Amino acid sequence: MTFYLLQALNGLAYGMLLFLLAAGLSLIFGLMEVVNLAHGAFYMLGAYLALSTVRWTGSFWIAALVAPLGLGMFGFLLEWELLRPLYRRTHLDQILLTFGVAFVLSDVARWWWGADVQSLAPPAGLDRSIPLLGTLFPSYRLFVIVLGAALAGALWLGLTRTRLGAMVRAGVANREMTQALGIDIGLVFGGVFAFGAALAGLAGVIAAPIQGVFPGVDFETLIVTLIVVVVGGLGTLSGSFWGSLLIGEVDTFGKTLVPQIALVFIYLVMAAILLVRPTGLFGGRAR
Amino acid sequence: MKARAKLTRRHLLGRAAIGGATLATGGPSALLSKEHGFGVPAVLAAGSVKVGLLVSYSKVYGQLGEDITDAMTLYFDSVNWSGGGRKITWVREDEEIDPQVGLRKVRKLIEADQVDLITGIVSTATAYAIRDTIHNSKTILVVSNAGGNLLTRARKSPYIFRVSFTSWQVSNPFGKWFYTNIAREAALTAANYGFGTESIAAFKESFVAAGGKVLGEVYPPLNNTDYAPYITQVQKMNPEGTYNFYSGSDAVRFIAQSSQYGLTKSTRMSGAGFMVEQDVLPAEGATALGIYSPLHWALKLQNPENLAFTRAYRARFRRDASVFALQGYDAARVIVEALNKTGGDTSNKDRLIEALVNVKFASPRGQYEFDPNTHNVIQNIYVRQVRQVSNDIVNVVFDSLGRIKDPG
Repeated sequence: MTFYLLQALNGLAYGMLLFLLAAGLSLIFGLMEVVNLAHGAFYMLGAYLALSTVRWTGSFWIAALVAPLGLGMFGFLLEWELLRPLYRRTHLDQILLTFGVAFVLSDVARWWWGADVQSLAPPAGLDRSIPLLGTLFPSYRLFVIVLGAALAGALWLGLTRTRLGAMVRAGVANREMTQALGIDIGLVFGGVFAFGAALAGLAGVIAAPIQGVFPGVDFETLIVTLIVVVVGGLGTLSGSFWGSLLIGEVDTFGKTLVPQIALVFIYLVMAAILLVRPTGLFGGRAR
Repeated sequence: MKARAKLTRRHLLGRAAIGGATLATGGPSALLSKEHGFGVPAVLAAGSVKVGLLVSYSKVYGQLGEDITDAMTLYFDSVNWSGGGRKITWVREDEEIDPQVGLRKVRKLIEADQVDLITGIVSTATAYAIRDTIHNSKTILVVSNAGGNLLTRARKSPYIFRVSFTSWQVSNPFGKWFYTNIAREAALTAANYGFGTESIAAFKESFVAAGGKVLGEVYPPLNNTDYAPYITQVQKMNPEGTYNFYSGSDAVRFIAQSSQYGLTKSTRMSGAGFMVEQDVLPAEGATALGIYSPLHWALKLQNPENLAFTRAYRARFRRDASVFALQGYDAARVIVEALNKTGGDTSNKDRLIEALVNVKFASPRGQYEFDPNTHNVIQNIYVRQVRQVSNDIVNVVFDSLGRIKDPG
């Protein structure tokens, strides 16, 4: 019994890690209808930026500030310079553009940081395992669970309870009307994209001690993230939250109970869910 | 990347000329004299020995290809790119970790480039895919990595020599040692693909024969992200020790996560040496401390040849050598030594094979020799442990399993 409890906890920790990734991607799509295929590359850049910052300053926590800030600024510039001219065109153009950006970033990172696998140690204090349910459990994973839950709460409050959140929601509902009310909608969208990129950067720092960083981790990550948002429902915060937890648990129990098909298990679950709910678990809105 | 492309192109041009010369039954042909002018020395007239190097320069094993290439360059430079009185040139190709691509490149090397012999091959899948083409075309292949057992057994060929290792050779002798020195009961885990399962089977064979008890086996898929479910399964078995096989990013993830779960402390971990080799050890850092591993080489192996090799490599490429670099270095040496024996003649395959079989020298890994039966290297397997020595985290060699020959 404790074995399954532990596995459930493993699944929860992995799910929260997925949520950090999926939140940014889903937010950007939900508010701007931009499918950002460079999200995995943002994640990778965040991890590399954190790596360099830790080498420079020796502090994980400074890196956890620098990486999201850096990616936020990068995201803002990218949206302003490249994405903005494409809003009046089809989704396909945005997909091609962001996919192209992903390839460019991938090669730039390989050139700058090299081809070897690199890894970030958890911060002091969170780098040990603690006794739990009769065995040892990493304190870092407990931290990831708490952080994921706190972030989900903060995002939900920010969107539903603040003036900024109201402006963003208004912009999504009716762009022209919001502009007529004197709100600079371009700035709001730029800010949302930057925030989504910053979340990817944060995910990069947080996941690096578990996942490691290397060329290829960007697309590897993008695929899992896309599975999560498709299962949860593209563009909703609750969708990416519950989708992440579901995929985290499904992956963990798949590997435990049916190891022979561990590789394809989450795809089978995804296919089954999409058969019943084609828009994902929480993707109720018709578009 | 740019430099490599240029090099290949330049060599291609040269090769077009030399290829013509080879066709025209020796002696300076009209084509060659047009290219080089009159008065070509006899050695040049015979053309250079063309070595085809096929390794991975991209994707997960990109670094392995770089290491092999750099170390071969280091060795060829030390002999002025000549063997048996002939100049050595090479054509480099990327196997792209795709057996189909590898096969295509091998055909190109043989048919278009008309290389005298081929070396390299990082992935076992590629080695198996090209085996028949190599065998049927009677092209000499000096394998500098791919360690799948079958290349020395059911799929061996007189034309294939292996400088590196077999999965059996590394893991089998360690099973008995593990039983005597580490633990009587063990949990076994490996990435679920050919080399991983072969390694575990080889370990198990001698571990069980010695009286060891296997508590359970867990096989995560290749390129796995989250090892938590598997680590929890191993914790449940509560083993005294573990034996594992992972490489590349899998190794870094598995060891980092095992360390976070306290597994590196609560059990005595061990695994085939690639799991803690120089390509991944810097990333693993302190999380790998204490892990035991069998391998045919270590950076800090104390012998004059290794000191010279690791120093020269470090001075030139500003990074530490790896076991893959060692294999490239020895592959280059094997080729040169064989050419010296044949006086540079690569046309008589039987003579070349005999020369290769008899290559022996003092390698950085210890005495180097081929098994005449399998054409696989016979070598020392060392027992290493990751330890902190002053400020460095390194594999310290503290025992030897003796000279090991794959049974074939």
